Amino acid sequence: MSQRRVVVVRTGTANLASVLAALKRLGAVARLTEERSDVERSDLLVLPGVGTLAAAMRKLSDDGLVLPLRERIARGKATLAICLGMQMLLEGSEESEGVEGLGALPGFAERFPEGLRVPQLGWNSIEADAGAKVLGTGYAYFANSYRLVDAPSGWTVAMADYGGKFVAGIEKGSVVACQFHPELSGAFGLDIIRRWMESC
Amino acid sequence: MLTVRIIPCLDVRDGRVVKGVKFQGLRDAGDPAEQAALYEGQGADEITLLDVSATPEGRGAALETVARVREQLSVPLTVGGGVRGVGDAQALLSAGADKVGINTAAVENPELIVEMAERFGSQCTVLAIDAWKDDTGRFEVITHSGKKRTGIDAIEWARRAAILGAGEILLTSWDRDGTKSGYDLDLISRIAAAVEVPIIASGGAADASHMADAVKAGASAVLAASIFHYGEYTVARLKDELSGMGIEVRR
Repeated sequence: MSQRRVVVVRTGTANLASVLAALKRLGAVARLTEERSDVERSDLLVLPGVGTLAAAMRKLSDDGLVLPLRERIARGKATLAICLGMQMLLEGSEESEGVEGLGALPGFAERFPEGLRVPQLGWNSIEADAGAKVLGTGYAYFANSYRLVDAPSGWTVAMADYGGKFVAGIEKGSVVACQFHPELSGAFGLDIIRRWMESC
Repeated sequence: MLTVRIIPCLDVRDGRVVKGVKFQGLRDAGDPAEQAALYEGQGADEITLLDVSATPEGRGAALETVARVREQLSVPLTVGGGVRGVGDAQALLSAGADKVGINTAAVENPELIVEMAERFGSQCTVLAIDAWKDDTGRFEVITHSGKKRTGIDAIEWARRAAILGAGEILLTSWDRDGTKSGYDLDLISRIAAAVEVPIIASGGAADASHMADAVKAGASAVLAASIFHYGEYTVARLKDELSGMGIEVRR
């Protein structure tokens, strides 16, 4: 594979070092961005995120990236959303009521049910649909308190179970969203990032 | 199903692993990056790096160490030891930590837990509790690497910290640490009942059965140092044994 160039959106306090390190290990050239033109034009874009939906959406809004991201995803340009990044693609989250997500995916993130250890921290098994091109079946590392329960129609999904089934990842063409952290999921996660980079 | 995490812990001073022991295939037993990569290769689910440096120069070296470990590592990295404020935590995260452990500073200023959780999220905020059982059978929080008694009830402290925003508790039994007599199951089960956040059991593990007991008592993860460093166990063998005991692990 020729050397790929990837931009990583600076979504506030996300732990970007691990994402950058994973991309570097895969031989990609990665850099951080807050620029609209990068969101519009770059071939490969990672939307990472930790922390709260409200804080991350405020940062995107302040940087003028909300519309460019919506358009990018609507056009199907290669985008990898990670953890909170996936929840940012939704309409919203129980975590930050009243805050609009990017709305690229139908649905709202909800908190895990009572009686579980929350946050979900650790490796959970995920199972991808047979048609998945990027996502796979194996163990992935999660760090989340909220999740999407119902898979949106028209997307290929990977599901996991923690107090009931939830969406671990979804993909459509080169637009991929992971509730888990592929950059922290060992060789399994690196393979997902590699296949995503090769998907366009 | 969420699996039980096995977490090797590296004590690092001035950029070097303390108690590092020679392994096959390791050029330099004292190098944290090499040792972390070796454990990942054995199937470690996460690595914890504890900075035990006592000087500002040592702390600077720790940041470089975190960055070097990060370059190698594709599993989560938790870093703790000497974190005094949000600025220290930010520096560690920028260097490549995924989670930051706080201990003494949080006891002295519980507001730090709130600040960390608001800024980085609860999933990044690990409260380390060192506890021991006093003469009356009560679990007391101790700080300053075991040198200072606080009079604080460990169960109450865990409950409060979780409310303030701690997303995980790294629970070390100070009287078991280094004894190889097993984790303090009473301590684990009482804290597991008091909070809903995950608990990492630490202090006293000598074998897989100790770890299985900790999980049954309510731990979501088990941390150990010497059994790995001295080559008594590889992570892979430990997972084989745990799996044989009916504990779900990633293999």
